[in-house]
Amino acid sequence: MTDFFGIPLPALLGQLLLGLVNGSFYAMLSLGLAVIFGMLNIINFAHGALYMMGAFLAWMGLEYLGINYWAMLLLAPLVVGALGIVIERALLQWLYKLDHIYGLLLTFGITLVTEGIFRSFYGVSGQQYAVPEALQGATNLGFMILPNYRAWVVVASITVCIAVWALIEKTSLGATLRAGTENAKLVQAFGINVPRMITLTYAGGVALAAFAGVLAAPILQVSALMGSNLIIVVFAVVVIGGMGSILGSILTGLGLGVIEGLTKVFYPEASNTVVFVVMAIVLLVRPAGLFGKEK
Amino acid sequence: MKSSSFKRIALASLLACGGAAQAQISGDVVKIGIITDMSSVYADIDGAGGVEAIKMAIADMKGMVAGKKIEVLFADHQNKADVAASKAREWIDTQGLDLLIGGTNSGTNLAMAKIAAEKKRPFISIGAGTSRMTNEDCTPYTIHYAYDTVALANGTGAAVTKGGGKSWYFLTADYAFGASLQNDTSAVVTKSGGTVKGAVKHPLNASDFSSFLLQAQGSGAQILGLANAGGDTINAIKAANEFGITKTMKLAGLLMFINDIHSLGLKTTEGMYLTDSWYWNQTPEARAWSRRFFEKMKRMPSSLQAADYSATMHYLKAVEATKSDDADKVLAKMKDTPINDFYTKGTIRKEDGRGVHDMFLLQVKSLKESTEPWDYFKVVTRIPGDEAFTKLADSKCPAVKK
Repeated sequence: MTDFFGIPLPALLGQLLLGLVNGSFYAMLSLGLAVIFGMLNIINFAHGALYMMGAFLAWMGLEYLGINYWAMLLLAPLVVGALGIVIERALLQWLYKLDHIYGLLLTFGITLVTEGIFRSFYGVSGQQYAVPEALQGATNLGFMILPNYRAWVVVASITVCIAVWALIEKTSLGATLRAGTENAKLVQAFGINVPRMITLTYAGGVALAAFAGVLAAPILQVSALMGSNLIIVVFAVVVIGGMGSILGSILTGLGLGVIEGLTKVFYPEASNTVVFVVMAIVLLVRPAGLFGKEK
Repeated sequence: MKSSSFKRIALASLLACGGAAQAQISGDVVKIGIITDMSSVYADIDGAGGVEAIKMAIADMKGMVAGKKIEVLFADHQNKADVAASKAREWIDTQGLDLLIGGTNSGTNLAMAKIAAEKKRPFISIGAGTSRMTNEDCTPYTIHYAYDTVALANGTGAAVTKGGGKSWYFLTADYAFGASLQNDTSAVVTKSGGTVKGAVKHPLNASDFSSFLLQAQGSGAQILGLANAGGDTINAIKAANEFGITKTMKLAGLLMFINDIHSLGLKTTEGMYLTDSWYWNQTPEARAWSRRFFEKMKRMPSSLQAADYSATMHYLKAVEATKSDDADKVLAKMKDTPINDFYTKGTIRKEDGRGVHDMFLLQVKSLKESTEPWDYFKVVTRIPGDEAFTKLADSKCPAVKK
């Protein structure tokens, strides 16, 4: 058997694949953050709470209303997106002219309130959400047993990431969006409703978080704390990728998942901190992040 | 007749005055404070439920002890030792705290024990697992009430090894408690004729365990010992089922509580062994108290919450008996008096403050066997207290004379 730094190659391949699964969550969440930061200039700290809400909606849908996983995969992002519209219109729109820190504090407050509500109703041990029937079981890849559901997570999230990237970079709607962030007044002069565009962008960004939440529900326990466990890492991903860079957040998300996976093999104790070590190094070398543009 | 009844009244009032004059309660109020995890991973096993249990004990005393009022304080340590220590110090210095109760998390409890000893206040550790509490870090003011990692190891570790699980691999939470649990269990496994093939340490609150589990599977061991707790144990068990680890290895949850089983469901946990100091459905008295608790919290109590009640009651009875809240007098009384309530029958060892009582090896029922909500366990064996806990001869507590 071939060894790689004392680790058998098949085991290593398995770990890389698992890293990719986690990376696809990072990618999807940081993508939403990057889109929101790029268009609204808001550091959306509520992202983790909205991700948690997506997972909870999936669980509630099944528990109280009998709505299955596939329907919730569509419904939960819609509901959370609608909530996003409310948040943007009622709260965020007043902050655009102020410093970033105001947006951060406000969304952090939203997180605390949301998590507190879910915690007081459902406790912290979490709720069980079963893997949908069609995706139960596992496939033997030779070097590891891969649960079908995890494979689906990678496929689904990479597909969504590419679709969002294409929407923003390759379509005329995306072009308008990008123009709107560069010069809102000019775009408005062309008769385009920029404020509405911004509202919908926020809704779209948080809908991505909810989508990731539904994907995560069968893997993790659905619990009030699941968002805050993840959000710091996801922010690190956004910073490493370059604030607001869409391609950057997707690639960095996947890449960091893999780096974290490798750390779990070679020095497991550091697996929670490796992302921040990478962040420190990247910021030293490229202060604007890997894919960011210096302003 | 008249004069004798007059005498009796006079005598009674004299006694009453004398009694009040003798009662030495500092600040004219008995203050009990609990510092525990109110919001994070361990909030369900103790948290608000633990505070409620203490309030129930105070209510059962009608809010009074030795003729004085009883008050309760509670705070969230957020699993940070420095937060726990500074809160404990603040309460003792500015609030006149008389009894400090430590909820979950070994790190915070070790910090609180130091403060309590320095300030000479009784400290009862309920939720901490580490056996250091009554060994290297023992103090004359610490009582370790409910369980510890040695007792858990002597329960699950010994039972599983004797039942044929000879080779072990550990999945260990990377802090004081995990290390303690792994060491104590390894010792029992080796003593029972088993071997330890290795261990992987994971950070506290790691959300994804699949990677660690694959490493465990690669070891070829029969038993995967989960030396972690709360959300970490829950997510590890979930991932182990998903990746089919449970087909090649048997899981042994070294510290699990009823809330963890409730959260995972019987389908995922059926047949698992665990060791605990108490189960709500084990005796009629336990059931009766648990139903009262359920009325308030809408869930059944964990062993820690029952121990919170029992420890508070034991302390209050000692205050009542000595008519004093002087730490040394009350602690001496608590150690002299056997504990005898719905939670447990046992004693508190004078030398190191170890609460010694029976522990129970429990097995999780299958869906079919479970007849009502929260009916989760079969009691497999009772482990007598002197077999479960560290023997005095093996104690590393400096105060224990050998």
